[in-house]
Parts: sequence; structure tokens; C-alpha cells
Amino acid sequence: MQYILLFTEPETEFARRNDPEHAGEYWGGWNAYIGALAQAGVIVNGDGLQPPHMATTVRVRDGRRMVQDGPFADTKEQLGGYFVIEVPDLDTALEWAARSPSASCGSVEVRPVLPPMTAPTT
Amino acid sequence: MPDDARRIAETAARVSYGRLLAGLVAWSRDIAGAEDALSEAFIAALTTWQERGVPADPDAWLLTAARNRIRNSYRHQGVRDDAAREIERRHEALSRPSPEPVPDERLKLLFVCAHPAIDPAIRTPLMLQTVLGLDAVRIGSAFLVAPPTMGQRLVRAKAKIRDAGLRFTVPTGEDLPERLGDVLNAVYAAFGTGWDTQPGAATGAQDLTAEALYLGRLLVDLMPEEPEPRGLLALMLYCEARRNARRDPAGRFVPLNRQDPSQWSRDMIVEAEGLLTSACRSGQFGRFQSEAAIQSVHVQRPVTGRTHHAALKVLYDLLATHAPGIGTLTSRAAAVLDAGDPDRAMTLLDDIMSPGTESYQPYWVTRAHTLLALQRPDDARSALQTAIGLTEDEAVRLYLIETGRTWPDPS
Repeated sequence: MQYILLFTEPETEFARRNDPEHAGEYWGGWNAYIGALAQAGVIVNGDGLQPPHMATTVRVRDGRRMVQDGPFADTKEQLGGYFVIEVPDLDTALEWAARSPSASCGSVEVRPVLPPMTAPTT
Repeated sequence: MPDDARRIAETAARVSYGRLLAGLVAWSRDIAGAEDALSEAFIAALTTWQERGVPADPDAWLLTAARNRIRNSYRHQGVRDDAAREIERRHEALSRPSPEPVPDERLKLLFVCAHPAIDPAIRTPLMLQTVLGLDAVRIGSAFLVAPPTMGQRLVRAKAKIRDAGLRFTVPTGEDLPERLGDVLNAVYAAFGTGWDTQPGAATGAQDLTAEALYLGRLLVDLMPEEPEPRGLLALMLYCEARRNARRDPAGRFVPLNRQDPSQWSRDMIVEAEGLLTSACRSGQFGRFQSEAAIQSVHVQRPVTGRTHHAALKVLYDLLATHAPGIGTLTSRAAAVLDAGDPDRAMTLLDDIMSPGTESYQPYWVTRAHTLLALQRPDDARSALQTAIGLTEDEAVRLYLIETGRTWPDPS
């Protein structure tokens, strides 16, 4: 089954990305984690994301397009990246989620991916 | 003869339900689908067995009938995706005649019901429905939830098990203690539905203590090497043994230290002692073994004529270190008070004061008695008022009001 791992991190964690004192540690942690995922051959696809202040949110209401600076919700933890992995069951997906750096400082939402749509057979 | 067939079908339904359902779920991973197929198979059995006689192996007949129904329903939906093909493949493998009896997969079913990805509030209902075949009406009434609401929650949990792909195995290694703890907690929660129910009450008789004891015994049978299931079963038996002694003939509440031990069930206590002794041979600490050991100390009172406070203190300290819930911590303070040290009891009570204790009735009862022992009758009375206000059980409420009347008048 395919699962998406949505990594959310607090503001402090995003700040470490460009902090000369902590950047090495931050990226080192993620590189090691992604390396382990790759070595296990479970990655379907995935990316890290630029920080939340680079986000723009779009809504269309009554035909009007509303564009807003920032992420869709103002929460303490924000989406920092995602991976789609192919593993046998949820328990294995949770094991991978727990190993990620963001599990220790933020959280990881794990969700099964919908199987591809098929055309009606009738 | 027709009646005979009906009786055998009904017995099979009661005894085999959990086994059959677990066997089906082990390969389909679809609890709701397996429940539907199994109930259709039972209906088919009633007519077929009456016409053609009861088969040599009723369980095997029911399992085959249910499997065929699941297979037909997949065909009906159209085998479109890999998952369905995989189920088909597993089914072909399993439907070949096999001389082996159907393996008992109920342990896996219990573990998937108490999986950490399942809402803790629905784990117990899910176990009761899948392993024992209880319906949402019965479960809802025990948990004070409207049956349609309970039904919806159960449907949602089963859909999550199927669609989110929860693993259907018995955990091993370092995962086992915590996962087993979740299973045991869920069984104990079923027992808890009965604990507050008045014995012999006409309307409140919907408790699930018998079901919890059944599940406790099942776990001991399925995991004979593990000490904690024995600890849990012992704990439940000690409590159950005292059920009738908790009320006097007039229906008034009787606290543990004033209960008439001749009202306790000797058989249950003997069984509990045996379970606890065999559990302790493992030499592994466990929450349920400790709680059972505390109960064991209490039932020694009629034998030794006194309560062994030092033993209780050791057990509560151990329990408080490993499983510091407010229930345990409050009971520990009560044990310290009973041992004659109200100052220390007060310190313990102050230490655990938190938003969680604000509405926890036993905390306020203990606090009231501790304050009284410290000769602070006004504060004691105020704490007792809080306790009375938090009490659900009518008999306990009357008992507490009566207790207050025997206390010295406010200064």
C-alpha cells in the first residue's frame, strides 16, 4: 500500500535550516533519514518544501478568486515536506514516520493514498 | 430434528463466532465484509441444516459458506484492482482442502482492535463486537452511547482497519509490552462498565463484566506465557468476588473495610490467587499484577484479622513508579491514611492536585477523610460536599451524606 508522510515542523525548526550553527545538524538529520528511506527502496516520490512564509493560499468563492499570503491555516506546526512510500501496512508506515526528524520536534501525519481511479465498468 | 439443527446452529454461533470471524478477517482484512458474510452463512445454515442434516464439522461448513460469499461479493463488485486480486489469490490458496483445523486468529483480532491507530474509546466496543458478536444496541447501552452513534463509530473503525491497512499480527519483541497493555486496558474498560452498576439493579443490569471475564480468560489461554493477562484476570476476579458484598440487604453501600467476607465468592478468590501466583513466577513487573496483588492483600483481612498496611504501601509505591495514574496515586494516599499517617497522605494529595483530580470523586473522598484525621473538620466537610456532588451512584451518595452526619459539628 502507498502512504503519504506529511512532515510538520514548528517555527523553531524551520529557523534552524539557515542558522549557521544548526543548519548542518538539521540537514544532516534529514539527509540520513532520506538516505535510509532510499536504501529500503520504499520511496515512491517526495520533496522538502520551502518555509511556510513562502506559501500563498488560493480560494475561489462565488466566482471570486481570493489570494492570501501565507499557509492555509495559522498553526504552530507547518508542513515542511512529504514523502509517498510503498510499504505492506500502516504499522510499517508508522515505523518510518517515527524515524523522521520531525517526529521528535513536530509531528508526522500518515495517510493511505487513494488507489488510482478506474473507469466505471458498466 | 429441525429443532436440533437450529440448536446446533445457535450454539455454533455463540461459541464459534469470534473464531470464525477472526479466521475470515485474517485473509480478507475486511471486518465489516466478514461480519456480513458470516451472518448470511448462519442464516443459510439454519435452512440447509434442517433440510440436509447437520454437517460433520459445522465450523468448517460455516467458514466455507462465508468465504464463498465474500468471494462472490468481490466478483460482483468486479475484480478491478490489485488489492482485490490479492484477496482472490489468498482465497484460492486457502480454499484448497486442508487437513489442518482452522487456526485460532482471535489474538490477532484483539490486537488489531486495540491498535494505536484506533481511537482508544472505540477499542473495547470493537473487541466486544468482533470477538463476542455483541450488537451496537447492547454495547451502546453499556457505554451510555445511543446505539446509532455507537454503530457509526464501529463502522468507521472497521473501515479504518481495512482502508488504512492496519497490520493483522501479534506484535513481538519490544513492541509487545505496550501493545499488550493496550489490549488489556480495553478488556479492563469493559469490566469497568459493570463496576459502578448497582448489583441487582433492574435497569442498570446492562454491564459487561461477564464479557470482560470471558475476554480475560481467552487472553490467558491464547498467551499462556505472558504474566500480565493472568494479572488482569486475577484483578477482575478479586473485584467480581466482592460484587454482592458491596451492598447490604437494604441496598446500602458497604465500603471494603466493612464488608462481610462471608459474602465474597470463595471460588473466584481461590482462582484469582492461583492466577496471581503463577503470574508472579515470571518475575516481570506489571501494572495488573500489582493491582491484583493489592486486592490479594485486602482479601487476607478475614484470615489474618487485620489489613497488612506495610505490604500495601510497598505495592502502591511500586505501582505509582510504573503507572502513575490519578486512580493509583489517590489510592496510594488512601492507603497511607489507613496506615495512620495523615500528614504524609495530605502531602501526597496536594502533590497530585491537578485539573484531572477536580472531578475525580475518589480523590475528594480521600481528601475529606485525610482532612478530618488532621482535625480540620471545616475543610473536611467542604471536601466531602465536593465528593457528594461528584457521586453518580445513589447508594454511595447516601452513604457519604450519612458519613458526614457522624462527623463533629462545624466550629
